[in-house]
Parts: sequence; structure tokens; C-alpha cells
Amino acid sequence: MASVTFDKASRIYPGTTAPAVDALDLRVEDGEFLVLVGPSGCGKSTSLRMLAGLEEIDDGRILIGDRDVTDVAPKDRDIAMVFQNYALYPHMTVAENMGFALKIAGVSKEDRATRVQDAARLLDLEPYLDRKPKALSGGQRQRVAMGRAIVREPQVFLMDEPLSNLDAKLRVQTRTQIASLQRRLGVTTVYVTHDQTEALTMGDRIAVLKDGVLQQVGTPRDLYETPANAFVAGFIGSPAMNLFDADVVEGGVQFGTATALVDRKTLAGATGSKVTVGIRPEDLTVSATGKGIQATVDLVEELGADGYLYANTEINGESIEVVVRVDGRNHPVAGDKIALLPVEHHMHVFDTVSGVRLTQGAISAGS
Amino acid sequence: MGTSLSITASMGSAELLELPWHLPLEKWPKETVAALPKGISRHTVRFVHLGPHIVAIKETTQALAVREYDMLRKLGRLDVPCVEPVAIISGRIDSQGEPLPAALVTRHLRFSLPYRALYSQTLRPDTARRLADALAALLVRLHIVGFFWGDVSLSNTLFRRDAGAFAAYLVDAETGELMPGSLSDGQRENDLEIARVNVAGELLDLQAGGRLDEDIDPLEISESILLSYRALWDEVTGWESFDQSERWRIAQRVQRLNDLGFDIENLSISSDESGSSLTIQPKVVDAGHHTRRLLRLTGIDAGENQARRLLNDLDAFRAFHYPQEEVDEEVIAHEWLSQVYDKVMKAIPKEFRGKLEPAEIFHQWLEHRGMKSREEDRDVGFKESVASYMENVLAHRRDEAMVTGPPTEAFTLPNPTVDVNWRDRI
Repeated sequence: MASVTFDKASRIYPGTTAPAVDALDLRVEDGEFLVLVGPSGCGKSTSLRMLAGLEEIDDGRILIGDRDVTDVAPKDRDIAMVFQNYALYPHMTVAENMGFALKIAGVSKEDRATRVQDAARLLDLEPYLDRKPKALSGGQRQRVAMGRAIVREPQVFLMDEPLSNLDAKLRVQTRTQIASLQRRLGVTTVYVTHDQTEALTMGDRIAVLKDGVLQQVGTPRDLYETPANAFVAGFIGSPAMNLFDADVVEGGVQFGTATALVDRKTLAGATGSKVTVGIRPEDLTVSATGKGIQATVDLVEELGADGYLYANTEINGESIEVVVRVDGRNHPVAGDKIALLPVEHHMHVFDTVSGVRLTQGAISAGS
Repeated sequence: MGTSLSITASMGSAELLELPWHLPLEKWPKETVAALPKGISRHTVRFVHLGPHIVAIKETTQALAVREYDMLRKLGRLDVPCVEPVAIISGRIDSQGEPLPAALVTRHLRFSLPYRALYSQTLRPDTARRLADALAALLVRLHIVGFFWGDVSLSNTLFRRDAGAFAAYLVDAETGELMPGSLSDGQRENDLEIARVNVAGELLDLQAGGRLDEDIDPLEISESILLSYRALWDEVTGWESFDQSERWRIAQRVQRLNDLGFDIENLSISSDESGSSLTIQPKVVDAGHHTRRLLRLTGIDAGENQARRLLNDLDAFRAFHYPQEEVDEEVIAHEWLSQVYDKVMKAIPKEFRGKLEPAEIFHQWLEHRGMKSREEDRDVGFKESVASYMENVLAHRRDEAMVTGPPTEAFTLPNPTVDVNWRDRI
């Protein structure tokens, strides 16, 4: 068990000028489950490979615990990449399947038996140790694969989009298994995904990357309530936060035909006469007075008690779509013309030029 | 049946449309399926008749199918030995309108053999060693073009006979990545470690099934892959320094590489400040030196070892018929073809054509003639040796043109009814 440190680590592919990973400064605490998330091409898999020893480090260092592993070969880093397509051997027992890598590494028979049994207990596979893989279900086979990584007792687990080729049902099942397993084992884990919902449900902390640059690292709540910039704000949360530019006016910002109040301190940091406003679907209401952003309803997605209303409006000459959470049964319908107002103090404000957050403090449901 | 079915194919094939895509692969009828592969795959795979060919069909996700298809095409263009992708099938739905997984279709490689088809009772030491060498050579070729494999194993490889040795072909590119530029040492070492563990596992599995010769140590064989790889890698990419008076070493290096089957496209030569010492390092190499030379001279397309063998026979032919004269090599090649090679080919009974590749048959005939001559202490003539080979050797070999795997029935082990104590076997 150990911490993991990216010490201003960079990777620049030969023939390119923009780094794939740009001076990443990130520390994963001992026993923590950290998720690296971001859109395709953001550098998350490259970062994981740098940690695994599969990418050269062009600048900076990687440390596992106190040990500088920047130039250490992958197999000497004491890490395990989980779910890297472990085969199940049909003629060997489940126990042999889980333990054979230890066998060829010269671990004693007793140690192998102990480690395999411990792992099997954690994975609810103890009754199957003497069986052949043929006798196991798909989910159980998946756990045997996990077992192979666990018995190696590495300091860090690395997982690169392990759920991406599973069907939806198995994905949710395995996600829960991985999270609970990690909690029981307490092994430092670095997990890569492009799916922000997965990140929010699994991680102790989440690190959001874009274009090779770390945007923000924090708990799911931190990222949801206090996104550091407009990108993180729009990336975390589903349906996504509504983001659009608004004119700064006396006491606040122009919100369609209304004025939305914004703290003077917040607006003082803005560059220019506009700011970027972010408002989550649950923080928009359909105005009773007809004042606010004028929009036309496209459709309403009814999901039981709640629903999501999709409307289109024009802001600054651009047609944009807005998402509003509404009552699942009592709501406007497609074609209706409505006005939208924000819930007081629940607007995030970002600088239009830099994207940096201007709003002081967190915005949570209870505030 | 749905109109959502989408087929992306590299070649037109009406027969593809006629396959039962609305059924899950594991339920495809026996008449369509050619054989079931042995072992536990992560995905469902079936070998299927497609017109006169056999194709492999793998059920997977759309994203993975597209990725692997593109990867196999890129590798093919880079002249890397691998299977050929045929099509991606997506938008499948069953009779209830429920979605079915996408499928990747690849062409079966004629005369290729999965490793499990290379033994009838047990895998013998010399076969195991040759498989290891073939896998090491394939890894070198993959790494040279910047391809990181990820799931190196015997199961992900097909083998073709190559004049007594084996040539290995990559089958599963799912975990592979083509890096811009060359691979780092860390990446190459990782592939080697994966190979070491996976091959040891596969051999241990054979052992557990009673299919491994007693004299084979699984770990020794898997480690021999690393030794083979490193020796070849050093030869193909390593730098060497020598005194400038020993410039003949440059030609020697080129010759050694040619012998190993590589052409050098780019050799970097630099000297130190004083100019007294030179350092050379191959920068761009192409595998298939002998294959290319044979193809150019004779039009015969053969594996690297086979080509070397045939070229040796061509050289022997020249030495015998034109010991003193300077004759154009194209002229020699033409004569050798009509007087030797084509004659052997014509002598192959039609019903034996599916047993071995033509170039392999030629190599085996050469071996047979040599052996027979030694045993009988005389020069066995052409007609006699050809007839003897066809009757006594080729006739007894099985057909290897379309081997998809050993028949499942022959290798199924029953689940033990006697209690196994897992601690005894771990």
C-alpha cells in the first residue's frame, strides 16, 4: 500500500508540440480510490500508462510511496493493471488459475495457498476453488480475473476503462463489486474512465483532465458544487449544467427579460461586460410571471416523479438548448412558450475569457 | 429481421448477407458453423463457411470491433503477419427486436494452425521450442513497426509451417496499440512479461490436461521466448562500434540481417571526433528479405524460411549447371522453375493439394530426397524421390489447408466426479 505522486509529470509525443500530459501535479493518498476522468484525448489513459511504466516521462517524476519509479521497468514497480485480459485456463482449477503467476514467480506453495484463499474469500469464490472455470458464471469468471491481480498484493491497482466492453447490466454489477472490493482491500487504486457518472459513484476523489491539463481534483461533491471552471461545470453532472454567456447589469446579470441577482464581489472579477452563467437543470424554474429567458419547449422526458424538459432559446444570436427539471406529471408540453428563472443564489458564474470560477463558495442543494 | 443491420466490409460478399445475423452466435445452426474453437474465450467465436472460404466471427462491442478492424488493416499495410479483417456487422437485432452484439469477421488464414492442433497426444519439446521462436520473431516484427500487443499468447497466434520452423501470425489485436514512433523499453518489456506469463500459463494448462511432454518445463519454454527476442532485437536494432579500418563490418552486419530475413532500409553510420572509430545502427528494417527476393525472381509467394530454402536450391542448381559461367539470375530462376519446381508441383496428386502449402511440399521433398540418399548411400534421382515422397510421406499427412482446431469431442475432459483438493494442485 502506498501513495502515488505525479510530480509535474509530462509526456510529449515525438513530432508534436502540445503535451499529451502537461506537468501533471497530483497526489493519490494511500488507500484512496482516485478516478481520472475526461473526454477522449484528455490524457487520462496516457497518465495511467506513465504510472504503469508504459509511457516515457519527458519531464517531471512519478513516485510510488517515497520511491522515484520514473525510470523503473513496469514489472518492478509493484503495481497491477487489473482486467488486462486475463485468460482463464480450462484445465486448471480456479485456485490454480488465480495462483499460477505466483507459482512461476517462485512463491512457495504455502504462501500461494494462503494468498489464493484470502483473495477467494474476499471475492466470494471460496466454494469454487477446486472447480474448473467451465463451472462458473460470467460474473464469477470476472472475479477470478480480479483474483489474479489481488494475489500479487501490489501497492497500487491500475484500471483503464475496465467496464467499457461489458453490457449495461454487467457494468453496473461489476462497478459495485470493484468499489466494495477496493474498500475491503484498502489498496490504492487509480481508475480511468470517460464516463462521469461512473466517476461520481466510484471515486473517493476525482481528477478531471482536458487537453492534457488537470482541471480540478476533489471529492464528487466538491466538483459538483464548486466546479473550478466552466469546463468542469459542464462535464460533471447529468444532464449537463446549462452554460451560456450573459450581460453584466446593475446588481446582477441579464436573464432574458429579467435580472438575476449576482453578488457584486463575484462580478468584480469578471473580464469585460459579459460573464458565463452556469445553472443546473434542478435550479431552473418555469416562471409564473412570464419574465426571464424566453424559450420554446421541444420535448419533456418523463421519468416518474421527475422529468427533464428540453427547450430551445436564443441567446446572443445563438440558438441554444436548455434543460430544466420539472414535475413528472405536471409540466409544460412540446410547443409551449415558457419563461425560465433561476433559483436564487444557485447560479455559478465563470469568467467568459478564462472560464475560471468567479462565484465564492459552494452551491449545494440545501443552500 | 431488421433494416438496422449494417455491414462494413473490405470486399463485396453477398454470402455475408445470408448468414443468420438475427440469431446470437452461440445459437447458429450446425450447417453454417464449420467448427467450434476449444477453450474459454472472452467473446463468443465461431468458424463459419462463407462461400469457398472459412471465416472467424467474433461477437464483441461495436467500438471494439471497429477498433480491431482498423488495427488489423493498418498492420496488414505495414506488412505485419496477421489475419485479414473482412467485415464489421452492427445494428443486429433478434426476432424480438432486442439488440445483439456487433461482430467482427476475419478471414481464416489458409494452412495456418492454432497451437493446439500441433500435437496429437502431447506437445513435444522441439515443437514447443519452435513455437516459442516463432512467437519471439513475431514480437520483434510487431515492435519494430511500433505496435504494442498487450495480450501476447499462443492462443492469440496462428502458426504456419515454414520449412521446418513456424511462422507466427497475430490473430487478436483487441488490446494492441500502434504508437507514433518507436516503442519505449518499458512497453517492449511489458509485452515480454505478458508473453512470459501467458505462455507459461498455456503450457501449464496443457500439463494439467496431460497434453504436455514430460520433458518440457513450461517456465523454461516461456523464458526462451525472451532470450530469442532479445538476441534478435539486438541484432536488428543494436548499435556496434569498431575501428574505421574495419569497415567490412558494415557489410557483415547487413549480411547477418539478410540471413535473419531483414533488409536494411536505413543504416545510421557515425564517427567520433577523431574519425578513428565508427558506430553503426540499423534505423529502418523490413522483414521478408528472402520472401521478396524469391517473389521477384520466380513469382512464388512463400514464407521467409521456405523462401530461403528455395533460394538455396536455386543457388545449388546454378552451381551444378553453370559452375564457371556468369549467367543472369533471372535466366537461372526461369530454368530452375521449369526444370525443378514446376515438375514437383505437377507431380502432386490433386487430392493432396489441401495437405500442405506448395513451398512447404517442395521443402519436405528436398529433405526427403536428402535423407533417402543418405540412408541408401546413393544419389536418389528426381523422379524416384518425388514419387517416393508423394507415396510415403505426403499421402499420410492430414489436410492442413483449413484447420480450425481439434475436434471438440476429442479434447473435452469430463468434470471430475472425485473431489479434488485444490491445495494439492496449487
